[in-house]
Amino acid sequence: MPGKLKVKIVAGRHLPVMDRASDLTDAFVEVKFGNTTFKTDVYPKSLNPQWNSEWFKFEVDDEELQDEPLQITVLDHDTYSANDAIGKVYIDIDPLLYSEAATVISGWFPIYDTIHGIRGEINVVVKVDLFNDLNRFRQSSCGVKFFCTTSIPKCYRAVVIHGFVEELVVNEDPEYQWIDRIRTPRASNEARQRLISLMSGELQRKIGLKVLEMRGNAVVGYLQCFDLEGESGLVVRAIGTACTLDKLSNTSAFLPACNSPSKEMKESPLVHPPSHGCRSTHNSPIHTATGSRLTQNFSVSVPTLIYTGMGSGSAGKEGGPFKTLLRQQTQSALEQREFPFFTLTTFPPGFLVHVGGVVSARSVKLLDRIHNPDEPETRDAWWAEIRQEIKSHAKALGCHAVVGYSESTSICEEVCILSASGTAAVLNPRFLQDGTMEGCLEQRIEEASPPGCGFCHIPYDELNMPFPAHLTYCYNCRKQKVPDVLFTTIDLPVEAIVVGKGCLIQARLCRLKKKAQAEANATSISNLLPFMEYEVHTQLMNKLKLRGMNALFGLRIQITVGENMLMGLASATGVYLAALPTPGGIQIAGKTPNDGTYEQHISHMQKKINDTIAKNKELYEINPPELPEEIIGSPIPEPRQRSRLLRSQSESSDEVTELDLSHGKKDAFVLEIDDTDAMEDVHSLLTDVPPPSGFYSCNTEIMPGINNWTPEIQMFTAVRVSRLSNINPTNQTLNKNFNDLCENLLKSLYFKLRSMVPCCLCHVNFTVALPEDELVQIAVTAVAITYDKNQALQANKAPTEKSQQRASTDNEEQLQFPLELCSDPLSSQPFSPAKEVLEGASSHTGIPAAQRDRCNSWIELIKLKAQTIRRGSIKTTTSLEKASPLAEGYLRHRSVPSGTNSTVSVVKMTPLSFLPGAKITKYLGIINMFFIRETTSLREEGGVSGFLHAFIAEVFAMVRAHVAALGGNAVVSYIMKQCVFMENPNKNQAQCLINVSGDAVVFVRESELEVLPPQPAAAAQPTGAAGDVTT
Amino acid sequence: MSSDLDVFVGNTTLIDEEVYRLWLDGHSVAEAVARRLRGGLLEREATSVAVLQSDTRDHYRTFQMLERLLHAPPRLLQQLLFQIPPERQALLVQRYYAFDEALARELLGKKLSKGTKKELDEVSARTGVGIRSCRRQFDNFKRVFKAVEELRGPLAENIQQLFLLPPSLARDYAAIVFFANSRFETGKRRLQFLSFGDFAACAQSMMAHWSQGALAPEAAEPDGDLPKSFLQDLKELKVLVTDKDLLDQHKSLVCSALRGKISVYNELEANFKALSRALVNVGGKLTHARDVRDFFVDLVEKVIEPCRSDKWSPGDLRLFLQHYTAAPRNLPGFRHQALWERYMAAISACLLRMFHD
Repeated sequence: MPGKLKVKIVAGRHLPVMDRASDLTDAFVEVKFGNTTFKTDVYPKSLNPQWNSEWFKFEVDDEELQDEPLQITVLDHDTYSANDAIGKVYIDIDPLLYSEAATVISGWFPIYDTIHGIRGEINVVVKVDLFNDLNRFRQSSCGVKFFCTTSIPKCYRAVVIHGFVEELVVNEDPEYQWIDRIRTPRASNEARQRLISLMSGELQRKIGLKVLEMRGNAVVGYLQCFDLEGESGLVVRAIGTACTLDKLSNTSAFLPACNSPSKEMKESPLVHPPSHGCRSTHNSPIHTATGSRLTQNFSVSVPTLIYTGMGSGSAGKEGGPFKTLLRQQTQSALEQREFPFFTLTTFPPGFLVHVGGVVSARSVKLLDRIHNPDEPETRDAWWAEIRQEIKSHAKALGCHAVVGYSESTSICEEVCILSASGTAAVLNPRFLQDGTMEGCLEQRIEEASPPGCGFCHIPYDELNMPFPAHLTYCYNCRKQKVPDVLFTTIDLPVEAIVVGKGCLIQARLCRLKKKAQAEANATSISNLLPFMEYEVHTQLMNKLKLRGMNALFGLRIQITVGENMLMGLASATGVYLAALPTPGGIQIAGKTPNDGTYEQHISHMQKKINDTIAKNKELYEINPPELPEEIIGSPIPEPRQRSRLLRSQSESSDEVTELDLSHGKKDAFVLEIDDTDAMEDVHSLLTDVPPPSGFYSCNTEIMPGINNWTPEIQMFTAVRVSRLSNINPTNQTLNKNFNDLCENLLKSLYFKLRSMVPCCLCHVNFTVALPEDELVQIAVTAVAITYDKNQALQANKAPTEKSQQRASTDNEEQLQFPLELCSDPLSSQPFSPAKEVLEGASSHTGIPAAQRDRCNSWIELIKLKAQTIRRGSIKTTTSLEKASPLAEGYLRHRSVPSGTNSTVSVVKMTPLSFLPGAKITKYLGIINMFFIRETTSLREEGGVSGFLHAFIAEVFAMVRAHVAALGGNAVVSYIMKQCVFMENPNKNQAQCLINVSGDAVVFVRESELEVLPPQPAAAAQPTGAAGDVTT
Repeated sequence: MSSDLDVFVGNTTLIDEEVYRLWLDGHSVAEAVARRLRGGLLEREATSVAVLQSDTRDHYRTFQMLERLLHAPPRLLQQLLFQIPPERQALLVQRYYAFDEALARELLGKKLSKGTKKELDEVSARTGVGIRSCRRQFDNFKRVFKAVEELRGPLAENIQQLFLLPPSLARDYAAIVFFANSRFETGKRRLQFLSFGDFAACAQSMMAHWSQGALAPEAAEPDGDLPKSFLQDLKELKVLVTDKDLLDQHKSLVCSALRGKISVYNELEANFKALSRALVNVGGKLTHARDVRDFFVDLVEKVIEPCRSDKWSPGDLRLFLQHYTAAPRNLPGFRHQALWERYMAAISACLLRMFHD
C-alpha cells in the first residue's frame, strides 16, 4: 500500500438548474477511485454550493495510482427519484507521482457531461502521499517521467538516450458490447471514457516499467494513439524514446548510475519478443496481395518507398554500406537493440552524423475480433513486422538507426492500414556507449562531418547505391558527396545552413477504389498504395522544385482509407540547404511536337512555370551564393539527362520497376505531357497560391530564416467536413476538390489571423479522415506566431553572419542548457544528400534471411558527453526581445489581465516544444485526455458546426483547467491526435471523440527572468558533476 | 463541394470588432457578409467570398455562445470556456450594453413590459434602429432593471458592479432604471425637445440629491425609489408660497440681490410669484404617483416655457436659481432650509440642463 490519495471537494459554481420548480439544485459529489467511493453532503438549493468537504483518503498501491483516474461526479439529490448526474471530472493523478512535477492539483475544473457539455465548475484539491516502495519486483513505474515533446525537454540534459519503447493494450470497445443496447448513450460514453483513461494509465505504466528495465528515468517523444477498431475492439498503443534525463537545475542524485548499460540491456526482456519467422512480405511490391498468406488475419504488406533515398531492399546490404570501421562500430552498438528507432525529431548537436532519407512501410490488415485482450499478440506482430521492414530499409540506405520515427493507422470498417515512417540516419558513435572504440572513432567523426553540412553527406556507398541517385560534392565543405535532394521526417537541425526562408509544401491526392469486402478490399487497397506513394512523391518533388528549394523536413505522409476512395496528404517544410546543389527548373515537353498551337500552349505553360519559380525564389529569399563550377565535382553515377515522370495510372506494373526519377544537377526536371491528366497535373501545380504577404507557414517547429519571434502566439484548431458531391467522380475531379478544400482552408486561416501579421503558422498539422461515403474531414492544428518584421529585415541582410553569431550564442547557452537548442528559431546550416528515387518495387527481394532473423535487440546507448557547465547569463536571447517594441507592448498588456482578473489564469497552448520569448522552468507532467460528446438535439445546438465548435472550445477549456490546477501556465507539444466526428442528421444526432495530449509546463517570460538573481549558476554546478554518468 | 461543417477555434478566442458590431446591430450572416464586402475587405485582404462567409459564421457562432455569458458579465470573467484577454472582455460587455440614445429616449419612463416590447416595431421604424437590435437593447434595459430593482445603495454603482460597465454607461443605465421605476412622462409633444442626455442628467441629479443613498449610504430603500419621507417632507415647503409674508419677503430678497445683475429683471419681478409657486408645487405633488408622472411636464410648462418666452438667458436662470435657493436662509420663521436646499439642488440642475431649444 504505497500511496495515499487525498481529495477535498471545496465548492461548485454556475451549476445548471436541476429543479425546475425552485430554479435551484441540491448538489452533492461522489469521489471515486478504483472501487472506493466517498460522498459529500448534499448542499441544498444552490447553484454555487460550498461543500468544503473533509479530506477523502484512498489507500492504494501505486500500480492502481498509475492506472486509475480519479473520478468526480456531481449529482443533484432527488428525494423521490434517482439522483440526476450533472456531470463528471476525470483527473489523471499521474503528475503527482513523480517528485519533480506537481505536488498538488488544485483548482476549478469544468464539470463535463457527454450529452450536455460543460455544466458549471467544481473546485477540487488532490494530493498524494507516496511511501517508498521497497519491493523490487513491483509492477508500477512511478517516477518515470513522460514527455510528448520530441526533443530533450528544455530544463533537462540527456545523460543517456536508451532508445525505442513501445507497448499496446487492447480491450473490447464498450460501444460495441451487448450491454450498449440497453444502456443510455451517457452511460455508454462514460464507460468508454473511463476505459480509455484506464487503458492509457496501464499503457503508461507498462512503458514506464520498460524504461526502468533499461535504467532510464523518462520517456521523451511519447506518442499514444487509439485505434477504434469497432467490432474488433479498442487498441491503445504508444511509442516513445527512453532516456535518462538529468534536471539542469538540480543535483540529479537520483540517477541510476549504471555503468554497464549494454549488458543490462541485453538481459532485460526488451521491448518485444523478436518476431520470429516474420515473413518477408515486404519484398514483392505490387503483387504482394497474391503472395501473401491468408491466415486468420488477412494481411498484405505494401512495398514501400524510401524517399531520398528511397530504395528498398538489398542493394545497400550487398554494397556493404559500411565504409569504415567507424560505421561498423556504431552498428554493433546499435544492433544490440531490436529496433534502433528514435521518436525524437530534434537532437543535441553532433548527434546526427548523416541522414539517409525517409523510410516508410505500410501494411494492409483485416481486423478481426481480439480474442484474448490480455495477449494482444496479433497487433504486436503486425507492428513488429512493419518495424522490421523499416529497419531493413534503413539498412539499405547504409544507416543503422531511424530518427523522427512515428506510427499511424487508418481504419475503415474492417480494413486497417498500418503505417510507419522515419528518417534513416547514422548517429554519432561518440554518443554511443562503446568504451573501447571511443577514442579512435571520435577522431574519424571529426574529420568526417564538418559542422553544418555533415548530416547531408550520404551514408551509403556511392558505388553501390540502393537506388539511382545523383551525387555531387557538398556545396559547403566540398569534400563529401551529397544527393541533390533530401527528404526527412525530422526538424531542421539547428546547425544546418539554410538559404532564405522555408515554406509549407503539401501533396494531395485522391484515388477511387471499388467498394469491396474483406480480402478483395484489402487487395485493391494494397494495389493502389504504391501508386499513391509514387504520385505523392512526384508532387512533392515538383512543388519543391517550383519553389526553388532542395530539401524537405518534417515530412508526414498520411494515407487515409474510406469506403470508396483513398486519400493521400503529405505535408513537409521545404528549405534550401546551402550544402545541396541548386535545383534545376522544371521543363515540360509535349508529345506532339509538330502541332503549332499545342507548341504554343506548351511554351506558354513553360513560361508560367519559370515565372512561378522566379517569383518563389524572391518570395522565400533564395539567393544562394554562386559557386564556381569547377569546385563541384561531377556527378558520380552519370545521371540520366532527363527523367520521365510517368503517370502511374497509365503504367502497367512492369513499367514500375523502371521508374527512375533521378535528374541531373543543372538539368531541368522534365515533365512530359502525354495526356490530359498530365496537363491537369501541371495546372494543379500552379494553382497552389502562396500565402498572402506577411504570412509564412511550415509544419516544423521553427521556420527557417525567421528568428525574431514576439511572444504573441495563437494556437487554433480548424475542422472542415465537405461533401464530394460529384455524381460520377473521377480521380481528377476528386483531386481538384481535395486540393481546393485544402487551399481554401489555408486561405481562410490566413484571413482569420490577418491581425497577427507579420506572422508564421508553425507546426501546421493536417489530418484527413473519410467518415462516410463522399465526406472528407480535414482537421488542422497549428500555432500562429508573430515576428518582428524590422528585425527580420536586418537579419536577412546578413544571414550568414548572423547565423554564425547565433550559433556561437547557442553554444554558450548550450553549455548551460545543452538541450535547449530547438527553442532557438534561428538556425540552420547545410547539409545532406538526397536523391529521390522511386523504386517501385522489386528491389526488395534480396533481404537476406539472416538479417531479418536477427533477434538480438539493438542497443543504442547514446551518451551525451557531459558538458561543462559554465555560469553565465541565461539571457542571451533577451536582447532580441527587448529591441522589439511589439514584444514589450505585448507584455505590458498581458500583465494587465493577470492583475485585474484573478479568477481565471491564462494558459497558453502550443504544438511547439517552446514558447517564444519565454523559458520553461518546470515540466508538470503529461496531459492526455479523451472526451466524447454526443447530442440528440443537433439542430438546437447550432447544427454540426455549432456542436463541434462548442466541443472543441470545451476540450481546450478542460485542458487549460487541468494545467492551471497543476500550477502550470502553458501546454507545449500540444497535439490533437484524434477527432472522430459522426453525424446522423435525420435523427438529429451527432457524436464526436477527441483525444489530445501535451506537456503541462511553467514558463517564465525572459524579460521577467532577467530580474531574478542568477540562481541558475548555482543550480548548474551539480550537473557538471553528474555529467559523466552513463548507463 | 460544399462544406457541411466548418469551424475554427482558437485557444484565445478571436473577436472581430467589425463583425461584433454587425452582430449587435442584428444583421443576419448574409447581411453581415454583404456589408463586409461593401467595406472593401475582399480587395484589401485578397480573399474570397467563401472565406468571408466562413469567417462570419464562425464569429456569429462564438457570439451566440458568448451571449449567455454576456447576460451576466461577472460570469464572463469566471468562465473557463473562452479564453479572452480582459480588455477584450471589457470591450465585449461594453459594446453589448451600449445602446442607441434615440431608442432609449423613446423608452424612457415606459414600463419595461411585454406590452412595450411588442411596440418595438414602431420604435424601430421611428428610430431607424434594427428591430433585432431594438429587442436586444430592450432586453438589456429590462435585465438591468430586474437585477437592481430590489438592491440597496447607489443605483449606478450597483449596476456597475453587476454588469461591469464603465461608470458613464452605468450612470445612463441608472437613469433608465430610475425613469422606468418612477414612470415620468417623457413622451409629450412639449417634451420632445429634450434628449436622452438631458433626461439622464436630470435623473442623475435627482438621485444624487434626493435619494436615500445621497444621505446615508446604507440606506434601506433602493435608489431608484425616491424616499417617501423626503417626498412627504416636501409638503412642508409649501409654506413658501402659501404664507403671503414669506412669499413677499422671499421675492424682495431675491429681487434686491439680482437688481442690475440680470437682463430680465422686470420680467422676473412680474413673474416671481408664479415661478415660485410652480417651483414649490412641483415638489409638493411628488407624493402622488399620478402627479409624479407630470414632473417634467410641469417644469417645462410652468418654468421653462415662461422664461423662454420672456427671453431669459441661461445665465439669467442660473443666477436666479442661485439666489432663489439661498434667500430663504434669511427668512425669519422658515425652518426648512436644509430640506429646501436639497430639493432645489436637483430642481436647479434639471432646469439648467433643460433650458435650451
